[in-house]
Amino acid sequence: MSEIVISLEKVNKWFDDFHVLKDIDLSVIKGQKIVICGPSGSGKSTMIRCINRLEAHQGGKIVVHDTELTNDLKNIDIIRKNVGMVFQQFNLFPHLAVLDNISLAPIWVKKMPKKEAEEVAMAYLDKVKIPEQAHKFPGQLSGGQQQRVAIARSLAMNPDIMLFDEPTSALDPEMIKEVLDVMIQLAEEGMTMLVVTHEMGFAKTVADQMIFMDEGRIVEQARPEDFFNNPKSDRTKLFLSQILNH
Amino acid sequence: MTTAAINNSFLRSKAGIWLRKNLFSNWVNTFITLLSLYFIWEVGSFFLNWAIFDADFLVNFRGEEILDRTYCSKNIEPGLHGACWAIIDARFYQFMYGFYPAEEVWRVNLTFFLLPISLVGIFFDKIPYRKFFIYFTFLFPFIAYYLLYGGPTLSQVGTNKWGGLLVTLFLGVTGIGLAFPLSILLALGRRSQMPIISSMCVIFIEFIRGVPLITLLFTANVMLPLFLPDGISPDNLLRALVAVTLFQSAYMAEAIRGGLQAIPRGQVEAARAMGLSYWQSTRKIILPQALRISIPPIVNTSIGLFKDTSLVLIIGLFDLLGIGRAALADMSWIKLYYEVYVFVSLVFFIFCFAMSRYSLYLEKKLKTDNSK
Repeated sequence: MSEIVISLEKVNKWFDDFHVLKDIDLSVIKGQKIVICGPSGSGKSTMIRCINRLEAHQGGKIVVHDTELTNDLKNIDIIRKNVGMVFQQFNLFPHLAVLDNISLAPIWVKKMPKKEAEEVAMAYLDKVKIPEQAHKFPGQLSGGQQQRVAIARSLAMNPDIMLFDEPTSALDPEMIKEVLDVMIQLAEEGMTMLVVTHEMGFAKTVADQMIFMDEGRIVEQARPEDFFNNPKSDRTKLFLSQILNH
Repeated sequence: MTTAAINNSFLRSKAGIWLRKNLFSNWVNTFITLLSLYFIWEVGSFFLNWAIFDADFLVNFRGEEILDRTYCSKNIEPGLHGACWAIIDARFYQFMYGFYPAEEVWRVNLTFFLLPISLVGIFFDKIPYRKFFIYFTFLFPFIAYYLLYGGPTLSQVGTNKWGGLLVTLFLGVTGIGLAFPLSILLALGRRSQMPIISSMCVIFIEFIRGVPLITLLFTANVMLPLFLPDGISPDNLLRALVAVTLFQSAYMAEAIRGGLQAIPRGQVEAARAMGLSYWQSTRKIILPQALRISIPPIVNTSIGLFKDTSLVLIIGLFDLLGIGRAALADMSWIKLYYEVYVFVSLVFFIFCFAMSRYSLYLEKKLKTDNSK
């Protein structure tokens, strides 16, 4: 029996009157790669943002590594240290050089000595293949490079779970591959990953599980070969036909 | 070379092209240019004649030393109109130090000398040994207090003896310096998700901004003693300082809030997702970016406050303007309004212009910093 690292039970969330997550149940096993897709407004981003408490859920239970997410700030801090996140808009800190962007959290959250943190930062810049950009500012980098810095920044905290919220949606087409390559490499190393994306090629290569969400519910969850070849629900079939045939 | 050839080569030079394009491109433009030049000439020459060429400095047109207003050239010969700057010279000590005892005035001079040094570390970030300048910045208020007010081994000089530029700078610099940290807390508080904190900040800011500074000065003057235990009566300057600081902090808080609002939500989210606490992400991520954006409005309100400190003459303090008015009330120098007000304006202008130039320099620098 594999270790369950994230579990969501009957999670519900509202934005004012809008019921954005409806009875979400999900278990993630250590090392699993889950790709989540669905039309916009289906709640997929909100769901993964609940996992590190960027959004608070109002009903149900979310447990990450045996720690339950509540209003308890201590629990939130513990979980955030172990869960990295990559955003659609990169969200790099524009006033800090690339190296400082990456070493910031190790220095301030892990209390790592500055020199050591910078060595760690360089190691992760190597990993995402842009060590030569270390002393530039985010504004001087291309979108693809910025997103790779953002990935390195998350990895520098040495998380065992990574959340990706549409990591390639803001990129020009020619830059998507360089980011996906880094993500594939990460998947091969055994990282637990939850990825919201519409890159179905990536999903077929990497995913253990596919999730299709619509109107706040998980409509279908299946292994990729079943998901793409024999989708069960009509809603999934329609969605797949729309995004695969253009 | 003929004259025509010279003219021609001038018209084709860079300056010639610029002049033709910008000042003499057509008849209307040429007319406005000439009219403006005439206006500038008239006003400029009138002012320069009054202030410099026809003016008395220390001696009048007969070469006598000016001892009081009756020696001013314009008061001897009906046809003369030049300024009589001797009043400024006669009162210069008061303009600078007020009624500070002459044998102790080196203490004020030393403070004036140390003030710019204490600001170097804040104003310029790429200087050698900046760390020590910053240490000095934090040390300076204590040094200045000890020097100006007195303490062990230095005799006490009560603030009722302070005046002139000393009071203006004291209120301006201390008011802005104290208001800055306070305004950051107010701006953060106003955006806080804790309803009590945010509404307290909103009420404070809106109340202070809704009241004229004069009212606050009067209020502080009358009401501050009521809040303090019996027997403790803060001196007038301190009361004014409290009013000025609160006033400035409310305006600065709004300037900073504008900066905070301009920072995209993703910045906080990224910081929080990495495990930074509220204060860490505020200090390392949000404030550095927000304060950059807020610099122009912060400097704007600071310039405003620096000038507004002259209102303290209403509660009986002698700032630069107060000393000027006192000089005018002196029978031996009475009626030399223009000289006094022009001088006071000039001193205010020097400081405010310096602030505004510094803010321009900073904006330019931050722009290049961000795009490099």
